[in-house]
Amino acid sequence: MHSALPKSAVALGEQPVTRPAPLLSVRAIRKRFGQTIVLRDISLEIAEGEFLTILGESGSGKTTLLRLVAGFEQADSGEIWMGGERLDILPPYARRVNTVFQQYALFPHLSVFDNVAYGLRVQKIEKAEVASRVEQALAMVKMTAFVHSKPANISGGQQQRVALARALVNRPRLLLLDEPLSALDANLRRQMQIELKSLQRQVGIAFVFVTHDQHEAMAMSDRIALLRGGELEQVATPRELYFRPATAYVAQFVGQSNLLRCSVHNGIARCQSLQWSCDLPDGNHTLSLRPENVRLAEPGTAPDNVRFHAAVRDQAFQGATDLLQVECAGGPTLLVRVPAKGPLYGELEFEFSVRDAVPAPDSEES
Amino acid sequence: MFSRAYKSAITLPPLFWVATFLLTPYALLFCYSFWSVSPAQIIVRQWNLENYRELLRVSMYPAVLLRSMRIAASVTALALLLGYPLAYYLSVHAGTRKHLLYQLVVIPLWVSYLVRAYAWKTILGSDGVLNTLLQYFHITHHPLGFLLYSPFAVVLTLTHIYTPFVFLPIYASLEHIPRRLVEASQDLGAPPLETFWRVILPLSIPGVLAGATFAFVLSLGDFLAPLLLGGPSGVMISNVVVSLFGAAYNWPLGSAISFCMLLLVVALLFLTERLEKRWSFS
Repeated sequence: MHSALPKSAVALGEQPVTRPAPLLSVRAIRKRFGQTIVLRDISLEIAEGEFLTILGESGSGKTTLLRLVAGFEQADSGEIWMGGERLDILPPYARRVNTVFQQYALFPHLSVFDNVAYGLRVQKIEKAEVASRVEQALAMVKMTAFVHSKPANISGGQQQRVALARALVNRPRLLLLDEPLSALDANLRRQMQIELKSLQRQVGIAFVFVTHDQHEAMAMSDRIALLRGGELEQVATPRELYFRPATAYVAQFVGQSNLLRCSVHNGIARCQSLQWSCDLPDGNHTLSLRPENVRLAEPGTAPDNVRFHAAVRDQAFQGATDLLQVECAGGPTLLVRVPAKGPLYGELEFEFSVRDAVPAPDSEES
Repeated sequence: MFSRAYKSAITLPPLFWVATFLLTPYALLFCYSFWSVSPAQIIVRQWNLENYRELLRVSMYPAVLLRSMRIAASVTALALLLGYPLAYYLSVHAGTRKHLLYQLVVIPLWVSYLVRAYAWKTILGSDGVLNTLLQYFHITHHPLGFLLYSPFAVVLTLTHIYTPFVFLPIYASLEHIPRRLVEASQDLGAPPLETFWRVILPLSIPGVLAGATFAFVLSLGDFLAPLLLGGPSGVMISNVVVSLFGAAYNWPLGSAISFCMLLLVVALLFLTERLEKRWSFS
């Protein structure tokens, strides 16, 4: 099928011809609860072995999308396919998909071993194999020492690991994770992010990870699908999302960003007191400029850099860098990230490269 | 922290209540059970074990106690068979009708016990609703005698009366099972029936135990249903106690039976509480 694609598709930046058929394909899914539309026309593909994060604020529909794939909700229209088989018509227990729930949802009356063995026993797998696979899974998440504990007697982080083992032991084709780290404290969470990512590489199972935490999404994912009000705002790699945000919303949600609302006339962009030459068509544009792309001006830099004077209004020390809030005479006020080299005062000269101000159109309010 | 005066102020009234209306009568009961009645019908305060020996010697007492336990066990089993599916249906499938159905289950509890027992009398009697209908449709030609004044009638009435007591704790424990556990089970490949056996039933055991204890203990000590509907073959241990304290005027022997039953019930409560603890995970 794919080899029939014209060569130009590759040249245009489409996925290469060798890309395997998607594992999961979500097609034009719509879902409403009563009067509230939760998902509008969502289409999304997940490749074999991919780590995809569904990122969004609370109420964006990300958990609902996950529950549709797991089978706990039914879509109003649209289809979900997995490996050439229609998934959305199957009950949850017939789908080769496993879920790690937000509150782990371990069975309180069963020991760690019995929790992990649950899926295998349901499948009537032979006793000896159950034992060896459970042991393997528990070793993978470093929980072997707790085989006989009850969930109530282990910590949240440990419950998390057991929940992960309980899902992975079934060797699903796709693992769904519903904000699995949100209940952990910050340090443990960072540690678990790293472990989870390396675990995913090790087992090679596709992960769909739901979170509202952009740092988590950026740190772990192969691709991020950013949901906003039930619509996909952008689906891209973390780097693409960060450096080429499709919309102003993406630019602001992923990392910090200065949104420059400017008008372009005859190749000259104007944003309050700033102006520079650009190759955008005439009209109003919103450009996203990352704080780290603005720097203190140095002598002899590229001629097409925009230079401006601005007064430092605020300086926040953030370790390796300082985040400044600087105000140009006559606007705008910008966030600037500079290497932390001590306090800055008064009016200073700053510059940024025109290439770093990328168009990020305002999307319609939904 | 609460002051000592405040603590005594709120604990003293209930303590007083328990001491006056529970501990003292039990102590008196205990004493009476070791006394005896003289031929002149006077209670003699002479300590002896004669009453307890009599309980073992006269085969009627253990037989009636056994029958009472059998009736109580049947009531418990039937009430569980009715109450559990009802509670399950209400908790899982009833949706918006949940609250209405819940009220319908609870409302009979507001109706006097006597009224409900008499209602069964009019249904089961030889001129009762049931026999009349059976004959009207020519299913039988004579009134069925076993319907009333039999252990059957007692079991039926007690089941009717105590099913809500079984339903309520089971319903409460089903409502406490987090929805996500059911989802987790299905997610791991268990169809609904298997999810029920592996997750829902084990997690509702505390409710089942509490409900079963209610039904068993309350029907074991019941004396109105056997009095009104039991007839000679449906006599239960409480009826024996009532007659010993009344017409027979043998308070010491009645006390001995009561005390045995008290021990039995306390042992049972102790046991079920242990079991409930083992099955509760919160």
